[in-house]
Amino acid sequence: MNSCSGKYLIVDLTSQKTEVRELPERLFRAYLGGAGLGTRLLLEWAKAHADALSPDNSIVFACGGLSGTTAPASACHAVVTKSPLTGFLGSSVSSGLWSLALKRTGFDAVVISGAGSSPVYLFIDDDRVHFRKADSLVGKSCLQTEAAIRREAGDSRVQVASIGPAGESLIRFATIKDGHRLPHRGGAGAVMGAKRLKAIAVRGTRPVSVPDISAMQTACADLNARLHQGAVSSSRLAPSACLAADNVKCSLPARNYQQSIADGAGSLAAECVKREYMIKTVACPACPVACQHVYRVTEDPHSDDQVVLEKEALAALGPLCGMYHLPVILRALELCQFYGLDPVSAGVSVAWAMECFERGLLSSKDTQGLDLSFGSADGLVETIRKIGQRSSVGNILSEGVKRASAKLGQGSEHWAMHVKGLETVGCDPRADNSLALGLAVGLQLPGLNGSEASVSSPKDEEDLAAAGDSIGICPQARRHFRDFAAEAAQIYTLATGAPMNPAELRQAGERINNLQKAFNIREGWQRADDWLPPRLFKDAISTANASGAVVPEKDLKTAIDDHYRQRGWTADGLIPLEKLRALGMDDIQDMLKGSWHGTPPHTV
Amino acid sequence: MERRHIQCDRDKCTGCMICEFACSAAKEGRFDLELSRIRVLHATPTLMDVVSCRFCRNTPCVKECPRGALSLDETTQTISLDKARCAGCGWCLEACPFGAIALDESTKTVIICDLCPSRDQPKCIEFCPQKALSLHVSAKGKD
Repeated sequence: MNSCSGKYLIVDLTSQKTEVRELPERLFRAYLGGAGLGTRLLLEWAKAHADALSPDNSIVFACGGLSGTTAPASACHAVVTKSPLTGFLGSSVSSGLWSLALKRTGFDAVVISGAGSSPVYLFIDDDRVHFRKADSLVGKSCLQTEAAIRREAGDSRVQVASIGPAGESLIRFATIKDGHRLPHRGGAGAVMGAKRLKAIAVRGTRPVSVPDISAMQTACADLNARLHQGAVSSSRLAPSACLAADNVKCSLPARNYQQSIADGAGSLAAECVKREYMIKTVACPACPVACQHVYRVTEDPHSDDQVVLEKEALAALGPLCGMYHLPVILRALELCQFYGLDPVSAGVSVAWAMECFERGLLSSKDTQGLDLSFGSADGLVETIRKIGQRSSVGNILSEGVKRASAKLGQGSEHWAMHVKGLETVGCDPRADNSLALGLAVGLQLPGLNGSEASVSSPKDEEDLAAAGDSIGICPQARRHFRDFAAEAAQIYTLATGAPMNPAELRQAGERINNLQKAFNIREGWQRADDWLPPRLFKDAISTANASGAVVPEKDLKTAIDDHYRQRGWTADGLIPLEKLRALGMDDIQDMLKGSWHGTPPHTV
Repeated sequence: MERRHIQCDRDKCTGCMICEFACSAAKEGRFDLELSRIRVLHATPTLMDVVSCRFCRNTPCVKECPRGALSLDETTQTISLDKARCAGCGWCLEACPFGAIALDESTKTVIICDLCPSRDQPKCIEFCPQKALSLHVSAKGKD
């Protein structure tokens, strides 16, 4: 009796058939759940070298290992697929009522493969799975879709994960809305759109058991109290506080990384805490932190238009586009929510277009008379609308800055701010060179604002992050743990009944990192992909410590060499067979060859 | 004894449902939110409230029960359930003006908040990280 149900669901949209498979406990233990388990299942279920938007790609929704229990901030799930933006692994963690409902259906993961011939949505009602026609939902926003499906089901317990018009029109950074925020980066929404899958509705009513519930409760109550205290003292991780802090450190990318400090950031941060905009902070299930800052989009207090503002979205739609007026940022974010766009990629794309416009690469004719200079409110909002509709300049931008800059050429690649194709925003590595490594080698997502946790090395940091994403403790809560490895291992032991020590948790994190890397290698990763956008090496910024700061290319190369060595990889960043054996991952060799698909042998 | 019930400060409540986890753990020995005696309602992303038995003075659930399984305990001012008599007919669910009674499908008996009589304070209040839950005490004879 433990928190893992030992089953996963396979849905083939081509034939509209489903199958329930056993999930061996060893697999669960080796990859912990969430991001780790999701990647393992994706490796089995996505054909090697498949186009991300073809039926051969699969998308996996995997519950965090602790989901459904009272472990702090544990109602998480990972969405894992091959990213249409990068061509490599796209894995992101979300949390909320949908995550909890999925766990309570009794499936630890759902694998979706194939593609439908007409729009459908999936209704997972505990262990019954229905395919429903979604023709009437086409073109509807995520919120409209959610309301329509819930009305049809007639039960407020039904939770919906859906894509908006952006996912349907295969915009490469379309996202999935499965909670209050829009956390899925890398184009998972486009993968769902390519499968003609509009939504996944879930009603879960099953219990989750743990071996010793009172021990679990006591351990979690302790942690909850500490996390709550930590969250209160850091003003619940307010996006405005992060923005202001980055600005003080001169590491806030502004005007598409042309500056790293912005005069308007202070007033923007002050606007963010005003009551007329910010309504409340709310929590995901089982979370004592409550970090989701819900904002009212208009100044009308009776308006229902609400968005959850996060620091990355604020940074991308705000200073990066030269915008310091909160209502405009909120309006842009609401449009992202309406179309189902990743606000970070959308903001970076608009910032790139703004720089092109100011340099004369895009004319007013290209933008249909729209003023696209930095700080233009109309420029920001209307361009996002155009991306969502794939019209005029929005059509180029909807492919992401990597493809857009390749298409436009004329040197615009120089200011296309992406790593492996995924748009980047966050602490500027020119201000703090130690962030450059994480950003460059990031297996799926570039690192966000530097964490405060004390870790011994980038390897250790990556391992713990992977373990956290897999057992499913939200990154926002992780920073308030005293010793994440020890405390997480303890809760994991209490939840599953199988003893795990901190070293084993770290090793599982290492295993997951190697697995993610192995997936990328299978899909054609090369050492040159672990690199930063040229602007960060060439265009100097002024910082508090130094004027003319860049990321030194030589230092970064040395750091990457060291990192590969620490990981036990070759100088080219490839994984030797012995390393896989040492981590007990022999069985993935066949999957890496990509010679078969769909009938995996279940051994670790 | 005065009548008491769980009340929620909506401004403080973040909708984390830790009260539901705590309640089901205490009453059922597992995390089974369907069987929690307290429910969090997410009316909108920012508006939540909880529902649990209000121990009404006129006890509509007790009056409606056809098998006499429910009764008002005069000393604790809570509703007691005689499980052996309850057949899970659900009439009390219909009668409850707050929607605070639920049905346990597996045992076909109903479940109602009992304010955790064996503890210092109800589990949900103890575990609420935001201190949004508290015990509302109404003077005897008044609401």
